[in-house]
Amino acid sequence: MPQEESSQDNAMTMTGAASLVRSLEAVGVDTVFGIPGGAILPAYDPMFDSTQIRHVLVRHEQGAGHAAEGYALATGRVGVCIATSGPGATNLVTAIADAHMDSVPMVVVTGQVASAAIGTDAFQEADIRGITMPITKHNYLVTDPAEIPRVIAEAFHIASTGRPGPVLVDIAKDTMQATTTFRWPVELDLPGYRPVTKPHSKQVREAARLMAEAKRPVLYVGGGVLRARAWDELRELAEATGFPVVTTLTARGAFPDSHPQHLGMPGMHGSVAAVTALQKSDLIVALGARFDDRVTGKLSSFAPGASVVHADIDPAEISKNRTADVPIVGDCKEVIAELTTAAQAEQAAGRQTDRTGWWRQLDAWRERYPLGYTSEGGELSPQYVIERLGQLAGPEALYVAGVGQHQMWASQFISYENPNTWLNSGGLGTMGYAVPAAMGAKAGRPDATVWAIDGDGCFQMTNQELATCAIEGIPIKVAVINNASLGMVRQWQTLFYEGRYSNTDLDSRRIPDFPKLAEAYGCVGLRCDTADDVDATIEKAMAVNDRPVVVDFGVHRDAMVWPMVAAGTSNDEIQIARGMAPEWDRSDD
Amino acid sequence: MSKHTLSVLVENKPGVLARIASLFSRRGFNIDSLAVGPTELPTVSRMTVVVDVEDSPLEQVTKQLNKLVNVLKIVELEPGQSVQRELLLLKVRTDAETRPHILQTVELFRAKVVDVATDAVTIEATGSSDKLDALLRVLEPYGIRELVQSGVVAVGRGARSITDRALRPVDRLDRSA
Repeated sequence: MPQEESSQDNAMTMTGAASLVRSLEAVGVDTVFGIPGGAILPAYDPMFDSTQIRHVLVRHEQGAGHAAEGYALATGRVGVCIATSGPGATNLVTAIADAHMDSVPMVVVTGQVASAAIGTDAFQEADIRGITMPITKHNYLVTDPAEIPRVIAEAFHIASTGRPGPVLVDIAKDTMQATTTFRWPVELDLPGYRPVTKPHSKQVREAARLMAEAKRPVLYVGGGVLRARAWDELRELAEATGFPVVTTLTARGAFPDSHPQHLGMPGMHGSVAAVTALQKSDLIVALGARFDDRVTGKLSSFAPGASVVHADIDPAEISKNRTADVPIVGDCKEVIAELTTAAQAEQAAGRQTDRTGWWRQLDAWRERYPLGYTSEGGELSPQYVIERLGQLAGPEALYVAGVGQHQMWASQFISYENPNTWLNSGGLGTMGYAVPAAMGAKAGRPDATVWAIDGDGCFQMTNQELATCAIEGIPIKVAVINNASLGMVRQWQTLFYEGRYSNTDLDSRRIPDFPKLAEAYGCVGLRCDTADDVDATIEKAMAVNDRPVVVDFGVHRDAMVWPMVAAGTSNDEIQIARGMAPEWDRSDD
Repeated sequence: MSKHTLSVLVENKPGVLARIASLFSRRGFNIDSLAVGPTELPTVSRMTVVVDVEDSPLEQVTKQLNKLVNVLKIVELEPGQSVQRELLLLKVRTDAETRPHILQTVELFRAKVVDVATDAVTIEATGSSDKLDALLRVLEPYGIRELVQSGVVAVGRGARSITDRALRPVDRLDRSA
């Protein structure tokens, strides 16, 4: 939200570029990630003088985008990245799409060729507004310098309110060079943007009625609860109702893993208890979740006996995949608080249902099918490395994953006790997310320990940002879970392509030498290949605080992620290991 | 599948048409017809979109449209409670013998001739899709040289305006269910 400045600042004459920097300062920006280039060059001159804004010079624009995401998720504020026209802007596209899928508040500022050249295929021209229309919450092309303060204020407002998301502001070079008048505060002109935050009370009462009657309820918690900063409210609701809780990949940490009502993560690699609880439930209370295909499995067979209460700030999510019996549009913070009040009113009126049978069943599944792994033939188990890392770094550290097996293990074997301590690319599944996102998180929260848990494939996509981290004084720690292959793809080849490992062998135990690479980037490089060395290596890495650290953990390449629901199959088909389905009691069905 | 007519009020800003068109394409919805033009308010444009979908995808498309920052309001116009019109311009081959028949047809359909050449007439007709289809069927045997047709434009019957609060936008249906 725009912050007021003293009225003396009203109506100052300056360039469009200076107006841009003043506007960014006025909305409270303290950190931006970017790289200059021709069309954005005018903005870099006044930014050079800004004492409020720290510009982190990244090595690739994609790194700037993910860093802005990491900053946003770690701090709860809008992340900002900046790039030039054409290739600078198109290099941001992956990060913008990532932020759009995971509802990350982000503002992207790009330079555009001079307004007279727009449309002529000028040097470094790309229609980035057109390109990013389907992957931004909103975007702008600015050719009138007088509009800059209002557009920046609107961009931050849109990015951070309602369902958060990325907003792109493309500014023509001559617009930044022109003389204009800077005025602040500005009035927003958004007649078509009115997010509904307050839930409809009738819907809340109806939800509470279903909740009071439900015999086998589950709270299905999605990333929206974190975006709404509603973790305290969630805990109150869970404890007031006694309902079991599952947290999706993007919601890990919204509810403490150690809480007795927490069944774990649902979905393709979820716990047996979480997947099966949803599957057998008679009421799903979905809070800021979107019934993603990785959670539901084959949609037509998902939770066949369940009624659905679906609360989300985005009306388009409700009944998009699974029809809601009780739709509630609103901000999760308000919705959950009102649901708790309404549920307590039902209890006070004596409407309660005995759920000891349901809990007995849930506890039996939990006890019989806990998350676990078996060590294979003396080689280092990736799960063991990640589990120990979580135990040694503790629940106050931030964990940032790439995409693939290591991401799933990090979601399974680290115990998340605090909100916003788990950052990953959920919706888009962007390999290469971890290093730059960890950099952004550490820049936003310099006092926190930030561990990137990355795969050897992911790490090679964006590790150039180690240079940025080393030079800018952003000492992240990176655990490369090195199985020398594209592990998750390899797992699918093992399971579904008869072990024909087409193009998944990266040979990255040999090339590159990760510790040497780390040293070349001015980081500390460590290697660990045996279980006995894991603790000592992690402790060594924890002791380094003046530089980034990269630890190359050489792990077993045939380790697989279990449990698993194969893509396109029903959640009833969950396997706890290859060819092994849970043995259901007769009474389970 | 069934046809639905949506009136979409949008801010009159550059790129709005592209946003709407690309949203339909990205979400896999087919536009049957689209008409865009100014309204009584200079800052507001109105699009009339005819889509061919079932009810549940229709709800999804209107919700997605409503998320566009430049979209102000969406109202579905039911055929019974609205006037829906298309404009047709049509060049028909004529000669001395067929001309009277064609002119008679034009009169019967309350269309009009807007241009005449020795071997062709250009006809302007407005009406519902059904009426224009019927006109085309009658004129087809004479030989249609060229045909151009606008998208449907539609307005609700009665005194109320689409900008009235009383007309419930479609995105709010779930909230009052």
